[in-house]
Amino acid sequence: MSPTLAAIGLGPYLLVSAALLVLGVLGIFLNRKNVIILLMSLELVLLSANLNLVAFSSALGDLAGQVMVLFVLTIAAAEAAIGLAIVTVYFRNRGSIQVEDVTMMKG
Amino acid sequence: MIAQLFFYIFAGVLLFSAAMVITVRNPVYSVLFLILGFFNAAGLFLIAGAEFLAMLLIIVYVGAIAVLFLFVVMMLDIDFSRLREGFQKYAFFGLCLGLVLLLELCMALSHWKMIPPASVVSLTANVQHLSNTEALGTLVYTHYVLLFQACGIVLLVAMMGAITLTLRDHSTSRRQNIARQHNRKSADTLELVTVRLGESVIEHGGILRPKGSYDEIAAPGSYGVEESKCLYKEEKGE
Repeated sequence: MSPTLAAIGLGPYLLVSAALLVLGVLGIFLNRKNVIILLMSLELVLLSANLNLVAFSSALGDLAGQVMVLFVLTIAAAEAAIGLAIVTVYFRNRGSIQVEDVTMMKG
Repeated sequence: MIAQLFFYIFAGVLLFSAAMVITVRNPVYSVLFLILGFFNAAGLFLIAGAEFLAMLLIIVYVGAIAVLFLFVVMMLDIDFSRLREGFQKYAFFGLCLGLVLLLELCMALSHWKMIPPASVVSLTANVQHLSNTEALGTLVYTHYVLLFQACGIVLLVAMMGAITLTLRDHSTSRRQNIARQHNRKSADTLELVTVRLGESVIEHGGILRPKGSYDEIAAPGSYGVEESKCLYKEEKGE
């Protein structure tokens, strides 16, 4: 365990991570119409998972958790890139990013 | 003491900026708060001893992803007031659900303890004598090399997907043509064939295809490069 983490303890980290997860989920519910903020909320949820992984990895002295964070970061980057590309294409076709209008996509 | 002080500052600003991300009216501010949140999360990573990941978070998230968000928000001319319409409608339900989730997580956290052997059983070799970056490097390039390669493939596919999606007026790009989709009848694409007992589909021309040849329907460009150009001209004309 790193000395600074030992001074704080694992509990506060998990609490912050839980609060961040709740905020991310809340963001998904509150901004049902804005795809861009939905994507940002997803980033918050992934960040809370990362925080948990780093805290446990540090507390247990096991670096596997930090390697997982590396991979989660990669997936988050890929997800954001694809999501924003879809938003751009959708905006180009429709002129808005209303989530409800997505049902008009047929075929 | 100093570590605790910094932890609470970082955690407080992180949670504050996360709350602002989801509630602020202007998405540009939302992205800026997201960047602030990532900086503070990097601070938390530093306190936990993950220096490399903290720097990676700043470089990858703030340098690439958040700027990508900012770019898209500013590039698209979106009527953001319309996008806020459902905010109040969903607020009560969302808050109830968030509260339940938070309570559940707090219950889980309050009755949680680590069994003593957990710190002995380790997935990875003991690399305490190395610095964080060196230790991660020795792991990623040995134990986790296949996952590391898979990550590269994921990023490659994401890059190709983003390019293919946003490429316009190219022979391989396929834009949605709603009129064409609405004009499509099931009779044009679907054929019912009565197959007698003991007969095989080979006598009916093999595996059944759509009536028009497959090439005609799915050929690159047939999904309306010309049409899309026409559409574009019409839009311009108006």
